[in-house]
Amino acid sequence: MRALILVGGFGTRLRPLTLSRPKPLVQFCNKAVLLHQLEALLQAGVTHVVLAVSYMSEALGAAMREQEQRLGIRISLSHEKEPLGTAGPLALARDLLAEDGEPFFVLNSDVICEFPFAALAQFHRHHGGEGSLVVTRVEEPAKYGVVVSEPDTGRICRFVEKPRVFVSNKINAGLYIFSPGILQRIQLRPTSIEKEIFPAMAQEGQLYAMELQGFWMDIGQPKDFLTGMCMYLQALRAQHPEKLHSGPGVVGNVLVDPSAKIGANCVIGPNVTIGAGVVVEDGVRIKRCTVLEGARIRSHSWLESCIVGWSCSVGQWVRMENVTVLGEDVIVNDELYLNGANVLPHKSISESVPEPRIIM
Amino acid sequence: MPLKAVILIGGPQKGTRFRPLSFEMPKPLFPVAGVPMVQHHIEACAKVPGMKEILLMGFYQPHEALSRFLVSAQQEFKIPIRYLQEYAALGTGGGIYHFRDQILSGGAEAFFVLNADVCSEFPLQEMLEFRQQHGDAHSFVILGTTVSGSAGEQRSFVQHYVEKPSTFVSEIINCGIYLFTPAIFQHIGEVFQRNQQELVLEESSNGWQRAEVIRLEQDVFTALAGRGKLYVYKTDGFWSQIKSAGSAIYASRLYLNQYSKSHPERLAQNKPGGPIIRGNVYIHPTASIDSTAVLGPNVSIGEGVTVGAGVRVRESIVLHGASLHDHTCVLNTIVGWDSTIGRWARVEGTPSDPNPNDPYAKIDSETLFRDGRLTPSITILGCSVTIPAEVVILNSIVLPHKELSRSYKNQIIL
Ligand SMILES: Nc1nc2c(ncn2[C@@H]2O[C@H](COP(=O)(O)OP(=O)(O)OP(=O)(O)O)[C@@H](O)[C@H]2O)c(=O)[nH]1
Ligand SMILES: Nc1nc2c(ncn2[C@@H]2O[C@H](COP(=O)(O)OP(=O)(O)OP(=O)(O)O)[C@@H](O)[C@H]2O)c(=O)[nH]1
Ligand SMILES: [Mg+2]
Ligand SMILES: [Mg+2]
Repeated sequence: MRALILVGGFGTRLRPLTLSRPKPLVQFCNKAVLLHQLEALLQAGVTHVVLAVSYMSEALGAAMREQEQRLGIRISLSHEKEPLGTAGPLALARDLLAEDGEPFFVLNSDVICEFPFAALAQFHRHHGGEGSLVVTRVEEPAKYGVVVSEPDTGRICRFVEKPRVFVSNKINAGLYIFSPGILQRIQLRPTSIEKEIFPAMAQEGQLYAMELQGFWMDIGQPKDFLTGMCMYLQALRAQHPEKLHSGPGVVGNVLVDPSAKIGANCVIGPNVTIGAGVVVEDGVRIKRCTVLEGARIRSHSWLESCIVGWSCSVGQWVRMENVTVLGEDVIVNDELYLNGANVLPHKSISESVPEPRIIM
Repeated sequence: MPLKAVILIGGPQKGTRFRPLSFEMPKPLFPVAGVPMVQHHIEACAKVPGMKEILLMGFYQPHEALSRFLVSAQQEFKIPIRYLQEYAALGTGGGIYHFRDQILSGGAEAFFVLNADVCSEFPLQEMLEFRQQHGDAHSFVILGTTVSGSAGEQRSFVQHYVEKPSTFVSEIINCGIYLFTPAIFQHIGEVFQRNQQELVLEESSNGWQRAEVIRLEQDVFTALAGRGKLYVYKTDGFWSQIKSAGSAIYASRLYLNQYSKSHPERLAQNKPGGPIIRGNVYIHPTASIDSTAVLGPNVSIGEGVTVGAGVRVRESIVLHGASLHDHTCVLNTIVGWDSTIGRWARVEGTPSDPNPNDPYAKIDSETLFRDGRLTPSITILGCSVTIPAEVVILNSIVLPHKELSRSYKNQIIL
């Protein structure tokens, strides 16, 4: 089987991280977002993945050649000259997708869940319609576009944007499987699959919804990135507890790369991811954070709900909280307080940021 | 020449800007650079040759802490020190007038009057010499300093005296440190007589008391100025008011700085097995400090204080019995008596220093609120306050005996 991953967005909402590398290559729980998806696709029997790219494609291309080798999977890049939205890329990659006449997967690159690709393929074959999408339940459906479907068959009746009265609490999870027939519907121009293609398919009774079990998160912004991390680590606790870190000073679900170093008298967790080569000095307290590769957290600092970018250096007795995000190679001087700071790459911070703010 | 000194210490209704710290302890006894505020005055007075006696004057009720302090100071400085209690607040001139016989007893030929709430190098000997050199040996001398430290005016006798002027009149400000001869009492007496006559006209019931309320600055100096009797000796030495708690941290810095000459033994040193000291730090001998703590600059640690592993303290005063648990970070803060800060908590204020680049800049008598909002100030924890682990307390004032359970910013916590 084949799959197309939409990786052409600018990832603006995940800046400043996406100023240094494309969103699919940002590590989520110590693995590039895209790798989570590639590995799940491989498991479901996918042998050829098309990446629909538009910007920063060199970085992606290089990373993907490495993964081709490692995973033994074929990865093609489909370059857009202009952003084609979420449907246009299917038209551009038409030949690759239709070649084997089989249904193919399509996915957004920034969702995290226990990917149910095998079940989705089975569901799709079973109902025989042109497309299937995964839906997930949300607490506040009024904030999203919801999917209204028949309870027993899953056939989608309609989509309702931000419903004022309750019609459904299921939303599009950004994971699809289509029969090649869908390609007739899409032209080679910027098109939104959600807004322009799906409503027509639903009207014709060709679109089905399969409900997702377990957690789901769109990790396209820092706050949700951290929430998604908590969910992922919890799922890891249930399925692969041996992958989580344990020992003195470790609280709850904590993931630590084997090459990271953690000093004495630290208390780490719950919900912390420490990347490769990270150094956490003595007496540091970290909870609900992601610390990316090569960063250093100096002694006696306190971090909560932060993303520390690659190769950053956070000084001694620094306090960072409230979704502070440090871009790549940021230096935070000793004894500062950062509250909700969003710091662009390669900055050196020498003054506290007591209220949420962007540091250019 | 037989000399005396009077230190005006005010009373319980004064020092409101020093709350909540003045709830627990009279402001004149508040430790600045590790010793009670007025001990710096006493030490300076005791050094002047001919000093016979030091009188603390105020309207505090007899007070155990005050008496204990007087006893120990007498022993330390080997000079008689007494507390004279005014029956009511008599103002900065009324008290010395009321107790003039006590001041002059023993044949004092001159005496100093010092406001308790200033911090200074106290160039008392220089004031005496200045008076000798400036002709009139019977003149009165005010210690003055310039707001900006510029050379300013050269004339040294006072032409005009304006207390708290609303428009600019002079660069020179009154430091609240004076040298008088007994002749000052004639001038204060004139004010007293005048007050009395006015009061008779008003037929007030407690006329005596009100006639005795005399302000040295407004009532006496204003009248003396221009008569060639009042001189100002301008000092380049350090000086600051100690009105708000924030200025106590600033004053501590100035005194700690002076210790490198006057009391090097009071400054903590980097020693193997001891904490890391940066700049000037005072540590009471009974305090217990972990060797991984980093203190300074400008830190005073009081009696019996416990400082845990990996604690950072900078620009702060930690009062006796307080306990800073591991990894706490305390910046620009006064930690009240017996307060506790949980581990990884951050307690931080905003320094209320005057211009840091100007060594002579003087601290304003700043107020707590500006435009109805709490102005960012140092953080003050009253006595026996408990701060839980891992929270941040920023620019806040916590009243005594409060047990907090979360973070606070820019608030007064009752
Ligand atoms: N190939 C391609 N992919 C796109 C395009 N626009 C969005 N995507 C992808 O579609 C998915 C959903 O898009 P969004 O959630 O808006 O993410 P984004 O556009 O990357 O990020 P933001 O700038 O924060 O909106 C992501 O995986 C994007 O990479 C596009 O024009 N071309
Ligand atoms: N003995 C005595 N001392 C006083 C009295 N009033 C003030 N003081 C002290 O005299 C010094 C100067 O006090 P103030 O005149 O209030 O201070 P200031 O510098 O003019 O500032 P403000 O407080 O703004 O008026 C301080 O040390 C006071 O404690 C008083 O009635 N009796
Ligand atoms: Mg977008
Ligand atoms: Mg006054």
